[in-house]
Amino acid sequence: MNESQTLKRRNRALTGKLWLFVAGSFAFGFALVPLYRVLCQITGFGDQKLLSVAVAPVRAGSVEAGRTVTVEFMANLPTVGNWEFRPSQATLQVHPGQLYEASFIAHNLTGHDTVAQAVPNIAPGEAASWFHKTQCFCFSPQSFKRGEQRVMPVRFFIDRALPIYVDRVTLSYTFYDTALHVAAR
Amino acid sequence: MAYTEHAAHDHHDHKPSGMWRWLSTTNHKDIGTLYLIFSCVMFFVGGAMAMVIRLELFKPGMQFLDPAFYNSMTTVHALAMIFGAVMPAWVGLANWMIPMQVGAPDMALPRMNNFSFWLLPFAFTLLLLGFFVPGGAPAGGWTLYPPLVLQGGDSFPLAIFAIHLMGASSIMGAINVIVTIMNMRAPGMTLLRMPLFVWTWLITAYLLIAVMPVLAGAVTMLLTDHFFGTSFFSASGGGDPVMFQHVFWFFGHPEVYILILPAFGIVSEVIPTFSRKPLFGYEAMVYATASIAFLSFIVWAHHMFTVGMPLAGELFFMLSTMLIAIPTGVKVFYWSATMWRGSLSFEPPMLFALAFLFLFTIGGFSGLMLAIAPADFQYQDTYFVVAHFHYVLVPGSIFTIFAAVYYWMPKWTGHMYNMTLAKWHFWLSTIFVNVLFFPQHFLGLAGMPRRIPDYATQFADWNMVSSIGGFGFGVSQLLFPYIIYKCIRGGEKATAQVWEGAHGLEWELPSPAPYHTWEEAPTPAQIAHGAEH
Repeated sequence: MNESQTLKRRNRALTGKLWLFVAGSFAFGFALVPLYRVLCQITGFGDQKLLSVAVAPVRAGSVEAGRTVTVEFMANLPTVGNWEFRPSQATLQVHPGQLYEASFIAHNLTGHDTVAQAVPNIAPGEAASWFHKTQCFCFSPQSFKRGEQRVMPVRFFIDRALPIYVDRVTLSYTFYDTALHVAAR
Repeated sequence: MAYTEHAAHDHHDHKPSGMWRWLSTTNHKDIGTLYLIFSCVMFFVGGAMAMVIRLELFKPGMQFLDPAFYNSMTTVHALAMIFGAVMPAWVGLANWMIPMQVGAPDMALPRMNNFSFWLLPFAFTLLLLGFFVPGGAPAGGWTLYPPLVLQGGDSFPLAIFAIHLMGASSIMGAINVIVTIMNMRAPGMTLLRMPLFVWTWLITAYLLIAVMPVLAGAVTMLLTDHFFGTSFFSASGGGDPVMFQHVFWFFGHPEVYILILPAFGIVSEVIPTFSRKPLFGYEAMVYATASIAFLSFIVWAHHMFTVGMPLAGELFFMLSTMLIAIPTGVKVFYWSATMWRGSLSFEPPMLFALAFLFLFTIGGFSGLMLAIAPADFQYQDTYFVVAHFHYVLVPGSIFTIFAAVYYWMPKWTGHMYNMTLAKWHFWLSTIFVNVLFFPQHFLGLAGMPRRIPDYATQFADWNMVSSIGGFGFGVSQLLFPYIIYKCIRGGEKATAQVWEGAHGLEWELPSPAPYHTWEEAPTPAQIAHGAEH
């Protein structure tokens, strides 16, 4: 009824609205996660889905024998010491349209049975849409016995539509021990 | 002077004594004082870390520290200065000045005000506790990029909770400022009559409540990634570490304007006072501040040009960043125009405001250079970036905090301070800050990376110069608390107006400002006299 009570009520009302605003901002921070995924899919930039999808070998089509592209292989580990992970070959000279097989060697030195997941990446990023894998150890988590060493294949071909100025493509894998994540699920 | 008569009969001017007064106070002046003292303490804590950094970099080679501790120094120095020194100083000044400037008896939410301050000592205890746990204090950089930050020791959760508390504190501070400005203005104090410091703080407060929760979300995701097996940022579970950088800088870029917009407000009050002229283009200044705040939301990825982005993205973020130079340029020109044909005098607040004008502009120019995406590929993560953000933060934010304290301290204590010592403080600070940071431009352009404890010998000379500047700057800051202490203890009596050219409601009050002010709203005449902008 008096002035100070009206003021109190107005202050409370505005404070409530501002707290709602804060809650909205907090939710927006988390909404950025799916938004980011959508943006990556639209631009094809760093899109893991695109890199981890199997393509049927029939799509390879005819071979463009007159053109050679160098494919480089890289293996990374997120931490040092408990895994050995390397490509069997440093590079391959490939013709667009032809199917090839390369392999990576992994050695479990963690001292226990575990599961690991390879996460692929392709550089330059614009080549990713034309680099197709028909079969890859990165498509699913890999189980390893204690001390086990294994050669893991990846079969791929390069689309003939690869822009003509790209003559070198790097395929890299980071090999994550996911026992922690698997246990959490 | 109807007000003084009223104050003389004021029977509510009682306050509890001793520690309990400070713990339980809901008075905006007490809380403002607490914030400012806290800020000053953190300024010296962060400053001590900067001294350690400059000591290690004095010569090439590893001198005193091990690299992990060096990395802790840079990380905690940044967190302490940003969240401990600059932001609490702005909230402290807002507490002291906004109620007095808009003619309100206190902040709108006094108890929340007390709570938001007392969160801070706990937050920084948690952060600094990191030095005493296995693995040492956070060392992954203040930007907390995963996966590096997830490899920290036991201090990682401490730092995350510290950031949660700092965020909660500044959100509450911001809500308080908004409610005070929107609801508590004296009748007749219309929005476009408010002093510029109030305006810039209103806009800053909206930035705070928009982005601090986003930071809270991002660090919460780090926490669950580390402890609960989620994979927001872990590639092995389908996440993406680059996403953290996007979320972080969505907070981080508005954050840099949170650190500088109140500074624009201070300068917009100090320059007119000591030019004895109204501010040139008051309304344009308000709109320029608002447009800077708006643009700050759409430029974040200029911090990450080199992480990989489509060409269209690089172009968008480059051009939108350059756009910010327009409203900022408007402000710099309008401050200069305010001084044009003014009757200038050079008391300490004016000196610091002028140093701000020159040196902040240098920082703005190096910012424009960094905004150019192709050039940024060379500058990224070099000392050029370090020089840039220290030019906008030290002579930008810190110098204006000095200007504000030297401007309003006579109003707070009722005494004039030692002008000679304050001028010494100014000249030593201004000379040494340039000796300290200007050579870092050269180091960065020559390719010296940031965040390393050792460097190639070709960088030795300028690093030594920079370190000498750093020690000089550090030592001259000791004058500041000494001047404040002497001013609290005594000195020449200050008049109500203090400065000949000062206008605004705070100058209609006696000096020192009584414990309770504007319990009776200012008269229209006082408001009209104050709003001579």
